[in-house]
Amino acid sequence: MQDFGEAFALAFGLVLSPTGDLAEIVGLSLRVSLTATVLACLLGLPLGALLATARFRGRGAVLVFVNALMGLPPVVVGLLVYLSLSRAGPLGFLGLLYTSTAMIVAQTVLITPIVAALSRQILEDLNDEYAEQFRALCLTRWQSVQALLWDGRYALLTVALAGFGRAVAEVGAVMIVGGNIDHLTRVMTTAIALETSKGELALALALGMILMAIALGVNALVQSLRLSAERQAAHA
Amino acid sequence: MRDLGYVETLEHAMLPLTVSGLRLSFGGKTVLDGLDLSLTATGVTVIMGPNGAGKSQFLKLLHGLIAPDAGQIDWNGTPATRATARQALVFQKPVLLRRSVAANLDFVLKARGKDRSRRDALLDHVGLSDKARQPARRLSGGEAQRLALARALALDPEVLLLDEPTASLDPGSVLAIEAIIRDARTRGVKVILVTHDPGQARRLADEVVFLHRGRVAEHSSAETFFDRPRSTVARDFLDGRIVV
Repeated sequence: MQDFGEAFALAFGLVLSPTGDLAEIVGLSLRVSLTATVLACLLGLPLGALLATARFRGRGAVLVFVNALMGLPPVVVGLLVYLSLSRAGPLGFLGLLYTSTAMIVAQTVLITPIVAALSRQILEDLNDEYAEQFRALCLTRWQSVQALLWDGRYALLTVALAGFGRAVAEVGAVMIVGGNIDHLTRVMTTAIALETSKGELALALALGMILMAIALGVNALVQSLRLSAERQAAHA
Repeated sequence: MRDLGYVETLEHAMLPLTVSGLRLSFGGKTVLDGLDLSLTATGVTVIMGPNGAGKSQFLKLLHGLIAPDAGQIDWNGTPATRATARQALVFQKPVLLRRSVAANLDFVLKARGKDRSRRDALLDHVGLSDKARQPARRLSGGEAQRLALARALALDPEVLLLDEPTASLDPGSVLAIEAIIRDARTRGVKVILVTHDPGQARRLADEVVFLHRGRVAEHSSAETFFDRPRSTVARDFLDGRIVV
């Protein structure tokens, strides 16, 4: 094992002049997690809006269930997706196991409840304020949902960010359904786990730094987008 | 008169309004207690009464937003729950969307399938043309209420229900809003206005309905109501005595 000083020095070197392997791993991580985030938003935001505006028998139980799913262990999600996509599973004919698509599916399953539950809370608060006005204007449920999603867009951006953060940082699910295959399904978190177990701390540290930088960068980007949109609205 | 696209006929399809035996309770407290009322005249009907008389809840019932515990509301053969789309209700505290002034109108014009080119005329009508691109949430109280009125007029209402639209506003805003209400009346819109302000009622009312303890204590022309009120509670109210 290299000593820590040497490992850090090598890691900085890798970050400053990344190798092809490193760029490939980072690129795949971003592609998988961003795609999963978009899919989770497409599924989770309308579900959150529906739960925020609809009143039906058993709604309380559904809310408890969706909130509980926020704490889904990634390895359990990985296992369930693995069972579904394996040859003997119901979706085995798709041949997706150990592909980046399987990883996207696993991450989507993992973060959709997060997006749905957090957006439900935000949209329900907004709906409490708007509901009577919407009824007075004779809006349909879909028109109300559209208005809620648009007016809550800045807060919902934070929800999407939370989903992305969870997706890009998880290791258990993508390890199980992706298999951590070099040049095929190796992403930052699985590579970090592998390199650490091999004692190759430089690459693990470099990937860790990039992961942290991405988390900070995405946060900064969302924050600046939000501030710029609010500033634009104030001076429009 | 600028064309805003709403009704300009005095032949009113939604009148007469017949309300019979209307009862409403909240948390064990009776708000409306067998209210009976018949409105036949066009123009402005002002609803007055002390706090807790049930005025605001009555407007929501007329608009079909809430259901009574008992009783009937009949808009010329149409129940209140099916008359909502032909009316517009402006709340005391307007709820505006988190977008620009113009976008607030665009949204409602689009949602209700109205001609979106009317937006500028509506903004001009309520004196908000210069604020079109400003965030609606940053309008003053009076401006916000004028936007709420523009939004209501965008719906081409046959009946305009107004719940204390000038409460806590400065005199300039009150004048501007009263001018919009008068204009709507002139265009043939039936206006039902809840107010606490006897001065405003004198300026706007064609007839007055005075509610007390969940019932109609007096229903008469504005002239009769202000000059020769028949009920003791209305007389006390107009004389500035405390009516509970």
